[in-house]
Amino acid sequence: MSENQIKNYNLNFGPQHPAAHGVLRLVLELDGEVVVRADPHIGLLHRGTEKLLENKTYLQGTPYFDRLDYVAPQNQEHAFCLAIEKLTAMEVPKRAQYIRVLFAEIGRIQNHIMNIGSYAMDVGAMTPFLWLFEEREVLYEFCERACGARMHMNYFRPGGVSADIPAGLTDDVRAWVERFPKVITDTETLLTENRIFRQRTVDIGEISLDDALDWGFSGPNLRGNGLAWDLRKSQPYDSYEEFDFDIPVGKGKNDCFTRYQLRMMEMRETLKIITQACDKLDACIGDPVKCVDNKYSPPKRDEMKSSMEALIHHFKLFTEGFKVPAGETYTAVEAPKGEFAVYLVADGSNKPYRCHIRAPGFAHLQALNFLSEGHMLADVVANIGSLDIVFGEIDR
Amino acid sequence: MTEALNELSEYVSLKLAQEVTSSEIMNGELIIQVRRDTICKVLTFLRDDANCLFKILMDVCGVDYPEREERFDVVYNMLSMQHNLRIRVKIKTDEDTPVPSVTDIFSTANWFERETWDLYGIYFDEHPDLRRIMTDYGFEGHPLRKDFPLTGYVELRYDDEQKRVVYEPVKLTQDMRNFDFLSPWEGLQGILPGDEKAEGNA
Repeated sequence: MSENQIKNYNLNFGPQHPAAHGVLRLVLELDGEVVVRADPHIGLLHRGTEKLLENKTYLQGTPYFDRLDYVAPQNQEHAFCLAIEKLTAMEVPKRAQYIRVLFAEIGRIQNHIMNIGSYAMDVGAMTPFLWLFEEREVLYEFCERACGARMHMNYFRPGGVSADIPAGLTDDVRAWVERFPKVITDTETLLTENRIFRQRTVDIGEISLDDALDWGFSGPNLRGNGLAWDLRKSQPYDSYEEFDFDIPVGKGKNDCFTRYQLRMMEMRETLKIITQACDKLDACIGDPVKCVDNKYSPPKRDEMKSSMEALIHHFKLFTEGFKVPAGETYTAVEAPKGEFAVYLVADGSNKPYRCHIRAPGFAHLQALNFLSEGHMLADVVANIGSLDIVFGEIDR
Repeated sequence: MTEALNELSEYVSLKLAQEVTSSEIMNGELIIQVRRDTICKVLTFLRDDANCLFKILMDVCGVDYPEREERFDVVYNMLSMQHNLRIRVKIKTDEDTPVPSVTDIFSTANWFERETWDLYGIYFDEHPDLRRIMTDYGFEGHPLRKDFPLTGYVELRYDDEQKRVVYEPVKLTQDMRNFDFLSPWEGLQGILPGDEKAEGNA
């Protein structure tokens, strides 16, 4: 009696699946319930950001960065602004740098909240999502108070930030920082020792250090291998060198569970930075928050009422924009997901000649096939969740 | 930082004298230009040599300079964690000449090269799976080329009669406006009539 040959089964996962974290179409080849090949089809959210940027002035470009990784928009703007500042050799006032650090770190917590919450939900836990999203709402209110927009802030500008933070914001942030560790602890009690959560994540999606480097991992996904690599420490930008914080790294193997733990620990470290940023901000109230050179940043509203020059500056900035000297730079920031970088080529005009966006999720998602091979179908979902994927930045 | 980059630049130029055509440090970043067919050798050297150890290929992308004879640049951004340094490797190519794929050296290059192929039409030789990645299934053209219009050529809508999405040539109710912000004084190339008087020649 000969055994029946069973053909592998092809399964279309997404593009509209809640565990696909957006518009991922995953073509899975299954042998029974074991994944033989996972082929992610991306690009369903492709909006041509890079092409659009080539046709907008630099100032018009920043809002597009909010819409890349829409879970932590501040960090994307940060990279673009730093790249422009590098090419123009703009001076950013200290207070502006601290504000940017504060909001970049708030963005980091927003991102980790989103990731942990939805990841837990993907593997079957509903409560963390609800608890954490309550806190996320508070953070969005901070964003709203600073710039008027909840999600897509467009707050970081080349040379600083668009406006100073309102009085009293730092106090409220501090009060929140006091409160938030309890939510982290509560979430940890729900997940860390949870038998189902552990069964779904421990030893799943394991990757070695060499493989992680080969696949271009960065951020928490790489630190899971025990490599203490964080751009905020190793190549500090915007006064990160003045802040005191630790980099959590994984011990032992880098699997889905380690990456979850790292994000939880990172949130606690981020709270330290936020507190320090609040202290530093309180010590420099009233200092300028954007580049003082009006060729790059707009003059104050009241100046424009009396000064002709200010009016001209304002008009020129918002029609023509400023010109960036020819040159090129690859500027990277430690976004919550990993290394987010902008490769900016300027030709001396008021628009970028080329602006390539290096999204961490792009490299991470690419390794999904590598991580999922030989795992069960349900583990693919855990892998996607633990890689922290948002399609806005992958598809650009 | 700059010192380390200078040293690295000299070291690489010495070790890869045949391959590197030029190197410069711009804005504190090291850029080396290498010959196209040697890219695999260069990246392997940069990854494995003890003085380099650029273990991560962070980014691969294309840049289009239509006025050049070899119009495309392929740019590789690498990171060395051991030495805390970055390097940018560039090669030139045109529409017809394929570039050797580096997927064997860095697995991560796979999608980045697919993206570069999709958006610029730069062909990568011996790439295991060179399909389009960003654009739609069945898309034609390479949208990031400078001669590709911002509006594209087709738009799509759901057709209620055919019960499917249909492609149509793009129709604009208002023409694309492209403002020329170049000030007339900056854009002026020749001399103004009357300028010669200043020289005292007239």
